[in-house]
Parts: sequence; C-alpha cells; structure tokens
Amino acid sequence: MRKVGVFVCHCGRNIAGTVDVERVTEALRSYPGVAYSIDYLYMCSDPGQDLIKEAIAKRDLDGVVVAACSPAMHEITFRRTVAAAGLNPYLCEVANIREQCSWVHRDDMERATLKAIQIIGTIVEKVHHDEPLVPLAVPIARRALIIGGGIAGLQAASDIAAAGYAVILVEREERLGGRMAQLSGTYLNFDSTADLLSEKVEVVTRNPHITVLTRAQVEAVGGYLGDFKVKVRQQGNDKEYEVGAIVVATGYDLYPKERLSEYGGERYPDVIDGLEFERMLSPTGPTAGEVRCPSDGRVPQEVVFVQCAGSRDPERGVSYCSKICCMYTAKQAMMYKMQVPQGQAYIFYIDIRALGKGYEEFTQRAMEEHRVLYLRGKVSKVFPQDGKMMVWGADTLSGKRVEVAADLVVLATPMVPNADAFGLAQKLRVATDEYGFFSEAHPKLRPVESLTAGVYLAGACQAPKDIPEAVTQGGAAAAKVLSLFSQEKITHDPIVAAVDSELCAGCGICVEVCPYEAREIHPLTKVAVVKEVLCQGCGACLVACPNKASHLRNFAPAQIMAMIEALEGG
Amino acid sequence: MRFSYYPGCSLQATALEYDLSTRAVLQRLGVELIEIPDWNCCGASSAHSLNETLALALPARILALAQKEEVDLIAPCAACFNRLKTTEKVLREDPARGGKIERVVGFKYVGGFEVRPPLDLIGNLIGLERLHNMVQRPLSGLRLVAYYGCLLVRPPEVVQFEDPENPQLLNRLLQALGAEPLEWSYATDCCGGSLALTRGDLAKTLVTKLVSKAQEAGAQAMVTACPLCQVNLEMRQEEMPMLYFTELIGLALGIDENWWGKHLIDPRPLLRTLDLSD
Repeated sequence: MRKVGVFVCHCGRNIAGTVDVERVTEALRSYPGVAYSIDYLYMCSDPGQDLIKEAIAKRDLDGVVVAACSPAMHEITFRRTVAAAGLNPYLCEVANIREQCSWVHRDDMERATLKAIQIIGTIVEKVHHDEPLVPLAVPIARRALIIGGGIAGLQAASDIAAAGYAVILVEREERLGGRMAQLSGTYLNFDSTADLLSEKVEVVTRNPHITVLTRAQVEAVGGYLGDFKVKVRQQGNDKEYEVGAIVVATGYDLYPKERLSEYGGERYPDVIDGLEFERMLSPTGPTAGEVRCPSDGRVPQEVVFVQCAGSRDPERGVSYCSKICCMYTAKQAMMYKMQVPQGQAYIFYIDIRALGKGYEEFTQRAMEEHRVLYLRGKVSKVFPQDGKMMVWGADTLSGKRVEVAADLVVLATPMVPNADAFGLAQKLRVATDEYGFFSEAHPKLRPVESLTAGVYLAGACQAPKDIPEAVTQGGAAAAKVLSLFSQEKITHDPIVAAVDSELCAGCGICVEVCPYEAREIHPLTKVAVVKEVLCQGCGACLVACPNKASHLRNFAPAQIMAMIEALEGG
Repeated sequence: MRFSYYPGCSLQATALEYDLSTRAVLQRLGVELIEIPDWNCCGASSAHSLNETLALALPARILALAQKEEVDLIAPCAACFNRLKTTEKVLREDPARGGKIERVVGFKYVGGFEVRPPLDLIGNLIGLERLHNMVQRPLSGLRLVAYYGCLLVRPPEVVQFEDPENPQLLNRLLQALGAEPLEWSYATDCCGGSLALTRGDLAKTLVTKLVSKAQEAGAQAMVTACPLCQVNLEMRQEEMPMLYFTELIGLALGIDENWWGKHLIDPRPLLRTLDLSD
C-alpha cells in the first residue's frame, strides 16, 4: 500500500464556504492508507505547491491526492509539482470537490462535507492502484500540410517555408489565389488584388521548400499530431504525405443569390452578387473592368447595392453578420462612381459596421466625396418594370418608402463555409459550428487552433474575414506550426488503452469501434494491439470487448471497483 | 383517392363558385370528398386576433373531426388552410400550448394526415401531366395573371407550401390548361383584404394598383385560390374578372359550368370572345 498524502484546498470561500475543510482533512487523516493530510487556502498557489513538495520529501509520500477544483483546471499544475519533488506525476490525482460538490450544494454544508470526504476517499483508492507512467514520445514529421491556396493558406505556407520547413500546399482549383484572385481591388486604397496576390504567389511557388499541388484534394487523413498521414488526390492519382501539422484554409463560398427570390436573384440577369460585381470591376474579368448590365451591356446609370442580402436573417439560417460587406460595398460603390461619375449609387444598409483601422473614414469618403446615397432600411422586393429593375425599400430614418428604378442591383450575400468544408472537417475529425464553419479551440485565446491537436485554422473557413484578418491568421497558424516543429520531441499522454493478450480472442470488435484508428489485429499473434500515439483514451474499446481484455492505464477494473467500494463503505 | 373536405364559411356564401367548381373538378379527377360532419368556424375572421386559445381551439376541433376520417384534409379557403396549418404546428411542436388546446377540445392529436389546399392536391398529388391529358377544351388565347395573396404561402415555416416570394405552381397549372399565364411581379403583394372593413380606402388603393399592374402585364383576368382575395378584388373595381383556378379547370375539362353567374364581374363576355363559353 502506498503512503498517500491528501491536500485539501479551500479555494478561498469557493470550497471552504460550503465544505468544512478542516473536518474533511481530519477525516481523511484516519482513512486507510493515508499517511498525511493538510488543508490550505489556495493549494495551486506557490506556497500551496510548496506544501505538497515538502510533504513528499519529509513524509516520504509515494502518492498524492489534491482535493480541489476540476482536474481540467489544475491536474497539470499538481502533476508538475509532484514531478518537481521527484515523484512520478501519474501518482498524483485530483479529487474534484468544487464543481462537483461545493458549488452545487451551497445550501447544505453537512452533506456537502460528507460528500467531499467520499469523493476524496475514492480518489485515494485510485492512487493506491495507480501505476507510475511515462509519457509516450511521438515522432514529429517536420513538414506541414496547408489545405487551401487562398491568401490565408499562402501566408501560412510562405511563413513556414521561410523558417526552413517543408510545406505541402493543396489547392482544389487550377491556380493559387482563392477568392482574392477574383476581386478587383482592396478597400481603403483600391490596390489591385492581382498585383498584391502575384507577389505572394511568386514567393510561394519559388520557394523550394513548398510543394504546390493544384487541382488536388485531401482524400483521407490518418494519424495524429506530429505524425499525420494524408492521402491527397491530384488528377486521379493518390499520394500519401506524412506531415506533422495541418493548416486548414479552405475559405468561403457566397450564399447562393438564387435563394433570394424576393430579390429575383434566380431569374433576373441584372441582379448580381458582390463577387460577380468584383469580376465586372476586375481588368481580367468578362467586361475587362467596365461596369455593364449583364442583360444588354448598357452602362448602368442607377445602381442599387443591397447590404445584408441574406445575412443577419435567422429565417434563412444565417443569423450572423458577414462582416466584410459594409466595406466592400462602399468600395464597389466608389469604384462604380469613379467609372460612371454621372451615375447614382444607392446603398441600402441595416447598420454600417466599419470596424477597423481607417474603415470608418473610408465609408465616410463614399458618402461625402463620392456622393453615394446611403439609405437605412431593407429592400423588400426587386422586380422588372419597363426595362429597369424596380427596387422597393424603406428609408427608416425619414420613415418613407423608397422606390428606385435601377439598372443594376448588387446583392451583398452572406459568406458561408466552403461547400467541401463539412466533408473535410469529418476527415480531419475537427468540429464545425452550427453554420458549418470550422470551430476554433477557444474563441478568445486560441483562435487559430482547432480542438484536434496539430490541426490549425486560418482565414474565412472559421468565420467571415477580410484580407488583413486572413493574412494575420495565416501568419498566426504558421507560428503555431513553427513552435511545434521547434520542439525536440513531443509527448503524448500515457493514459491509453492496453490489451491483455492472454484474454484477447482477436475478434476485432475493438478495431471497429475505435474512432481514432488506434487498433489493429496483429498479423502474426492475431490479437488486438494498440497504436498508443493514436489512442485518445476514450474507453470505447473497453466497453466493446466481450472478453474484458481491454483496459485503460490507471483506470484498471480493480481500480474502479475499489473506488466504488470506497463509496459504498462511506 | 379519398379526402375529407372542410369548406368553411366562405365557400357557402361569397365563394360559392369556388366550392361548386372544386367539388365538380375533383369528382371529375376521380377524387372522393367526404365533407367532415358538424364542422365549425375556423376562427380566421376575428378569433385569431382576439383570443389565442379560441384561435387554436376552433381549428383544433376541425382537425379532431378530420382525424377520425384517417385521410388528408382538403381546405380550399386560404384563410382556413392557414389557421388549420398554424394549429397543426402547435399541436405537433408545442406540448404546452398543444396540450391545453387538446384539453379544451377534448381530443388527442395523433396526426397521420396532412392539411392540403386543392392547389396542392391537383398540382402535386394528381399532377399537372394527368390534368393536361384530361383537358377537353384548352383555354387557348386566355391571358391570365396568377395572384396568390398572402395566406396560402405565408408564413413559410407554417404552411410549408410554395416559395413565398416566387410561387409558380399556379402558373404551371394554367399552362397545363392551355391558357397563357403572364409574368408579373405582384403575385404575392397584399390585396388589403384584411383591411376591407377597417380601412376600405387603403384596400381600394391596393386593389387598384394590383388591377392596373395586371392590365399592364396584358392580363384579361386574374386567377386566385383565396376567397378573401377574390371578393376583395372583385368588389372594388369593375374591369378585371377575378376567377378561381378551379373554375378554369372545370372549363377546360368540359364540365357543364353553372357558377359564372355568381361573379360580380361576369367573365362570360370575355370567355365568349375566345370561344370558351356559349
């Protein structure tokens, strides 16, 4: 039996306000196998951690239970503490007496105290059965895969390659550049996107560390952080690449204007979306940069821009703000006015969201210098009349109905996830949100990481973004990849499944249930083996195994039973 | 094909021609209608804006009667259809409100049947191809605009019928009859029917606009599937005949029509010029 020390944390009043911590400490002192127990105000503080270290040294402890908050919070902290005192970190466990006890039983101190004692007792039993474990070393393939050759992907690729690491850049289309290649110019300074982009593309295609695969798609993804195996299909040929990290930069599509039937998006040629207008403004576009009505090629004298054409509309399943439309619509209206000075541009808006450096000034320029007419209200209907597109809307500032006989209507339709994004997310085992955008690990602090280790996100695949944001994220994702590649080795939690080969019948049920492809039947011994670096310790194989041959390290059946008995005894 | 049938009040009075033509056409198309016994008001006229419980309980009682028939329910009046669909949605999706309504009416909603307007039955279940094949007298040369109004297609999450912004089934049906449906942009604009008593002036403005837009499009008559639209549009002007689509189906199928005299604007002179009526 181990000599276990129990360290009871007050967490200020968080625990001590509901649980009688002194009584708990006293009760645990006489618990079988507990050699020492003490309480302290904040166990995670430096003096609190020193208490643990001192006790390990002085009392020769070989097991530690910290009764505190959720292990999700400070398990790592306390395991580092015991490691610093020379104890195997996996012989330290956290008993959660805050989230699962004090916080939920505020009105009953007596029973909360008894429950805390019980919880700690079960964890003491667990520690008695814990084995010392060593983290698994995982090889790192110092090569990155970037999915998507738009501006975010190009930035990530060039930054990683600049540090000397190999990059595989997979692009679905024939050319690099993504959506940015379809645009006419940028907002704020009307820079030609073609020029900006060609510089970036040049850097990427010339870099010997970068392999560019165009007209290519990711077919399958296996493996794990540091050691992914990615099958890429390029023009019918499959090739497998071993990479250590993956950056997803698959960008966006536009919500189909065909679904906006009140605006006639599906039936009137002179109702177009923002990207079609960009193509029209672009020197390489179908009209060589001239603004024309698609129906008959005339120069439009009245152009109506409709912002939030589908965005911020829960009825359409697009509750979010598409973020870039206020700015690009202002730019488009100005570019139109520069080309057709006598023409009139109208912009219907709900709010003007010009959040960025120089953005507000830019929309003001549209109003003041270019005399673009901003109307605060929604457009209810667009229909043809006498060769024009009648636009019915409201100006909610004057409270009047507005009717414009326009030549051209431009709909700022919402950015939605790329059509292929959902399938890719499944291959990568990365979560998506309710709209299909890739989910970041934390909305504030981990914006370019996914919750799948080794998979990073950049650009509009995560949410609507403009060019500078996509560039920032491409660079940030590259920095994450580089900090991974610069480590000497990476380790993997050793709490993984194991197989008792004496009990295994080789039936293969566990191979099928494993969501991480971490199992196989050994070709010679015909019993199940665990690929430990792939195992996430989920426990699905334990439940599935009919022979009880599978177990999870430090969650052995005997251990669990002892914990249950501790509960019943209490 | 068997269906239960809920005519509602309009079809016994202002929209008698809708009732007559619907019954005659469906019989010709091989549909057996069972008028649900002891039916009551659907509450569309006033209950729905005054008392929510009553507004749901009235249609719920109709659904309770229809449920016994175990076949889909045909509700020709767009307002009845709308109230029935609204109530159905509450019974299906809102246990608290639905349970209350069930207690008031004294039944348990189990579903298993759909509420349909005749346009859905004829256009989708029977099918336009079959309808087309049964046409004896194509409505050649008859230029029409289809007018939907609001209640048949809105709100879309309740009625779940056609695209509320650009419904097309009525156009395709008129085409199948050999008539010439015209493009116009006012098929779902408001006719002001709900303001008929309170703001007659507004209703008149809206009706005048709709009629003039129909004339601009080149229409000789307007076609509707809503008794409220039909009566509102027909009594506030004197030029444009307002027809139920079922009347035109009857005409095309060669049914001996006996409902034209019901109209305030007699369409027979128009039909005669096209050799479609004696």
